[in-house]
Amino acid sequence: MKIIVFAKQVPDTTEVKVDPIKGTLIRDGVKSIMNPEDKNAIEAALRLKESHNATVTVITMGPPAAEAILRESFAMGADEAYLITDALYAGADTLVTSMILAKAAELVGYDLILTGRQAIDGDTAQVGIEIAEHLGIPVVAYATDISISGDSIIVKREIDNRVEVISTRMPCVITCSKDMNTPRYMNLYDLFGCYSKEIRVLNNSVLNFDKTKVGLVGSPTKVRRTFTKGPKGDGKVFQGSVEESVEKVMNALAEVLNIH
Amino acid sequence: MVEVMEMIMVFCQQDGGNLHRVGLELLSKAVELAKDIDAKVTAVTVGSNISHLATTLTQYGADRVILIKSELLEMYNSDLYTMALSEVVEKEKPEILLIGATQLGRELGPRLAARLKTGLTADCTQLEIDKESKLLLMTRPAFGGNLMATIVCPNHRPQMATVRPGVFELHTPNAGKSAEIVEYTPSISFEDARVVVEEFFEKIKEDIDITQAQVIVSGGRGVGSAEGFEKLRELANLLGGTVAGSRAAVDNGWIDKDSQVGQTGKVVRPKLYIAVGISGAIQHLAGINEGTYIVAINKDADAPIMKVADLGIVGDWRPIINELIKKLSKKASEEDNYEMARA
Repeated sequence: MKIIVFAKQVPDTTEVKVDPIKGTLIRDGVKSIMNPEDKNAIEAALRLKESHNATVTVITMGPPAAEAILRESFAMGADEAYLITDALYAGADTLVTSMILAKAAELVGYDLILTGRQAIDGDTAQVGIEIAEHLGIPVVAYATDISISGDSIIVKREIDNRVEVISTRMPCVITCSKDMNTPRYMNLYDLFGCYSKEIRVLNNSVLNFDKTKVGLVGSPTKVRRTFTKGPKGDGKVFQGSVEESVEKVMNALAEVLNIH
Repeated sequence: MVEVMEMIMVFCQQDGGNLHRVGLELLSKAVELAKDIDAKVTAVTVGSNISHLATTLTQYGADRVILIKSELLEMYNSDLYTMALSEVVEKEKPEILLIGATQLGRELGPRLAARLKTGLTADCTQLEIDKESKLLLMTRPAFGGNLMATIVCPNHRPQMATVRPGVFELHTPNAGKSAEIVEYTPSISFEDARVVVEEFFEKIKEDIDITQAQVIVSGGRGVGSAEGFEKLRELANLLGGTVAGSRAAVDNGWIDKDSQVGQTGKVVRPKLYIAVGISGAIQHLAGINEGTYIVAINKDADAPIMKVADLGIVGDWRPIINELIKKLSKKASEEDNYEMARA
């Protein structure tokens, strides 16, 4: 069984801050990490590798520096890695990104495709699902458990207030939630090996898209403008004894909720 | 010549014959947008036993209601829903298609967008029509809520957006409004369902739905423990509200993910939001509606939450919350005694 995991390198958004004076993003010194839920997807793939004799191929799209997360995947135990990188692909929205990833999947071959539920920089949760549409195969989002027997697959997932047990057949796409597992750390044996393993590069000379159909140009959605949200108003900050603080809160309760 | 009016379509999710509130919120918004592009608003709902929903959808602003009916659509199935809806969208050719960003909507939206080969902007917090181009301006948080981006979809149709529940206000329903009701039978069969829901169960909910609460006592990293959250719950109960938490609190397992406020959680619009030990990263603030009165209790006077709070209290939360609980329970028992004395 051949499993592809799509992973993404993202800025650690918990460390991205806004310059309070200029109102711009401070990205200096913010480290890039593998998107957390993509790690859950790799963990799920590695567990299936152990129980079902699968091979795990990790694919990412991004600038050459995104190679770092592929090395990390090797160190976790992935067998193969591909880096999709081409200046033509820069600025791709979710539809175009998923179209490029889908073509890479066709080229590499797959029985099962796993992705993280969503990436922390965009939070759209679209790309995994759209890959399935481009490939014309079924998809189950928000999975918390996967079990496989033959080519049939049982996925447990949480959707709104419901827990569902879904059956489908491979080939299919499953997007993995962080509740699925706890990703392993890089192991020492693979850590030594991870720099000697080959990362294959897929650019547009391989994937062969019409250049008007990819990147920013080919994307249906465009960013018109970006801005930061200013604070809502000048808050009154109070510092005093517990009694005084409680009184302030009680006054607010009286004002807002009419509790006296 | 018959003039064909443009259309804004709203997908209105239902379950067991009950409409999800977010669809009605989006209808309310669609009515506003429709004025700017001189369009009609079409509500679409999918299911088996749904004819009775047409009245509500009309009263919330639909000029046209399409009921996509089939016994196969009794329960949500992503394959069948995608087929049925894309069929209707291709037939009706709306300019704009709005979908509630429930988890169902966030699965269905990308399926539809990729099938229709158009763009989709997720979790918009603002929708407007651009005066010149008449395009839909879709504004959403990016970079974990640190930045807002306004997105357009100039050349592909429909322009698709998902919006979280609670972002837009419900209009008052208009009982006198009428609409054209269309029943539509999609060409789907059981074999089209490549994914099958074998079984399901409802999650047991301890707390009330935070998106509906009037009062929320919310805790962050500074609360420090699950036991600390019990204190917050006690206070929330006394105020007739519910308890919620930040991403850090959810990650620490102090509170369920269903009760997470913020960019990756839920958007809330209570009257009062008491933020305890929450620093107030923008991704958290993205989950609190603008009209909410925020009381922040935090050790750090410079925490970002202090800049947006209507009342910021600098100090250790424990003695303050304990004292509040004491005062409010005393008040509650006095009122009980009063009631008893009257009876």
